[in-house]
Amino acid sequence: MESPRIPVIAGVVGSGNLEILVEAEGPADHCTIVVVTAAAGFGVIWQAVMDDFVARHKPGGVRLSINDVGATPAVVSLRLEQAWDAFQGGSA
Amino acid sequence: MDAHTLLDRLFPTGHAVASEDTYFHGSGTCRGATVAVLGTSEEVEIGAELALAMARDVLDVIKTAPRRPILLLVATSGQRLSRRDEMLGIHAYLAHLAKTIDLAKRRGHPVVSLVWSRAVSGGFLSTGLLADLCFALPEAEIGVMNLPAMSRITKIPLERLESLSLTSPVFAPGVENYLRMGAIEAIWQGDLEAHLDAAFRLPSDRERRRALGEVRGGRQLARSVAERVRSHERG
Amino acid sequence: MKPKSYYEASARERMAAFLDPGSFQEFLPPTDRVSSPHLRQLDQPGAFDDGVLVGSGRLSGHPVLAAAQEGVFMGGAVGEVHGAKLVGLLERALVARPEAVVLLLETGGVRLHEANAGLVAVSEVMHAVLAVRVAGIPVLVLDGGQFGCFGGMGIVAALCDAVVMSEEGRLGLSGPEVIEATRGVEEFDSRDRALVWRTVGGKHRYLLGEAARLVEDSIPAFREAAIGLLGTLPVFGLEDLEAEHARLQGRLERFGDCRESFEIWTGLGIEDPQALPLLETSAFLAQVGGKRG
Repeated sequence: MESPRIPVIAGVVGSGNLEILVEAEGPADHCTIVVVTAAAGFGVIWQAVMDDFVARHKPGGVRLSINDVGATPAVVSLRLEQAWDAFQGGSA
Repeated sequence: MDAHTLLDRLFPTGHAVASEDTYFHGSGTCRGATVAVLGTSEEVEIGAELALAMARDVLDVIKTAPRRPILLLVATSGQRLSRRDEMLGIHAYLAHLAKTIDLAKRRGHPVVSLVWSRAVSGGFLSTGLLADLCFALPEAEIGVMNLPAMSRITKIPLERLESLSLTSPVFAPGVENYLRMGAIEAIWQGDLEAHLDAAFRLPSDRERRRALGEVRGGRQLARSVAERVRSHERG
Repeated sequence: MKPKSYYEASARERMAAFLDPGSFQEFLPPTDRVSSPHLRQLDQPGAFDDGVLVGSGRLSGHPVLAAAQEGVFMGGAVGEVHGAKLVGLLERALVARPEAVVLLLETGGVRLHEANAGLVAVSEVMHAVLAVRVAGIPVLVLDGGQFGCFGGMGIVAALCDAVVMSEEGRLGLSGPEVIEATRGVEEFDSRDRALVWRTVGGKHRYLLGEAARLVEDSIPAFREAAIGLLGTLPVFGLEDLEAEHARLQGRLERFGDCRESFEIWTGLGIEDPQALPLLETSAFLAQVGGKRG
């Protein structure tokens, strides 16, 4: 039986940065991603970064919630990796 | 209204107040009872010296007049903004003043404050807001910082802050918003002596003020968030 | 391996490393999403914890309640929800009776974006701190982050039983940038870092007697100092305030005309004040031993 996965938070909400909260939720073939950002107009880039992350890790049964203040795609990817790593490792 | 008129209206049967420039202190008679009074005659910046002088007067009331009601009439445009005051630790002088007011309350002195013109930021935090109950005249203003300075520091355009001031209770400097948040108990009009007399008889309770803010609609979350942290069950 | 820098750590990293390993239990964690209702109207993203974590833990086995402000989020400034979390924690102490409440502060004071709500929130924190101390529970402050501890929270810090600072920490009422913005660069050049740190920085506050301890910039050093302060008994009676009054009055009489911190340090008996800012913490402490204000 799988052990319950503890929610994880990575990053902080500040200029050029973001926080990401990873929580177990929903069916194993589903992933919900919610992004709140003050920087308008970057939807296409967010989609690309998320598509890449999802393709690589297949994060099933999770909700990813993001509060962003203009982080670059590189920083976003980094935080996603950090959060996902921690979530997999089962540590808060 | 100036400070003289204010004192006359609060204490029509008489008051004895010594004035040192813009700071005054002394006593007044309210329906037979003697009330200790501390205040400023205009919107002064509170620096280390003034904070210390006010603390001295509070301590003296505690030592010489047990349980005497204390009325704070501090009008302030905020703390003194000076490198010299920062160097000397003005934050500690204001904290000291706050501690003396806290001691007075614990020693059984009812403490009431009245915002009669303007009360801003650090000066207000360490005086008026520490009273058991805080009241205001309708023309008074309470605030954190003037909008242009706020705009410079937050980088939010001044026009945006000005328009928010008109619509958002969080920004507008009028006492109405502090009333809605429960920080101001009531606004006084008319017979100030009667209001003052009644004020010293009212019980004070912080939890009630927070509940007031929720009921009046000014602070929707403060009460419930504090309650949740207080009663969180440990896992 | 070099111990973790307090200055560079996030609030979560500080809390985890400051308390006994694994002992921290967070109240209203990010998953509860208790954040500010006032930021959306300013197009400002919120934080899931509104920039402060609060909870219980152990410090060398002793039960404590603790809070840590995240300076990166809005300068650690206090809004309605942030403030309510701090107040709730302090009020919880009255019932839970921990051995201390430890506040890891990093804040500009009232959150201007929440103006009035922030001012009232800080006022409530002041009340709550005073109540905890009167109940006999010490409240300790750690101050060593990038944003310092300013505004109404600077007043809060001075209401507490002890402030532990590193050289990197700053403590005051109005930040240098605020003074420069309102009074001009002649009054306070906020970009003159040496001037800023002589005015409100850890070493000066320690010399003045406003910081009880000065420690290296490492989380273990802050932890050690806090452990050492656990037995502090809050004092708040008339005699205590009279003594404090005399001390503060003495400071104005001796140094009220000083225009530079060097003059104050000279007045305290320091032989080479100009050298103080350059000294490492331990050398500094050795140099100034017994000469604090």
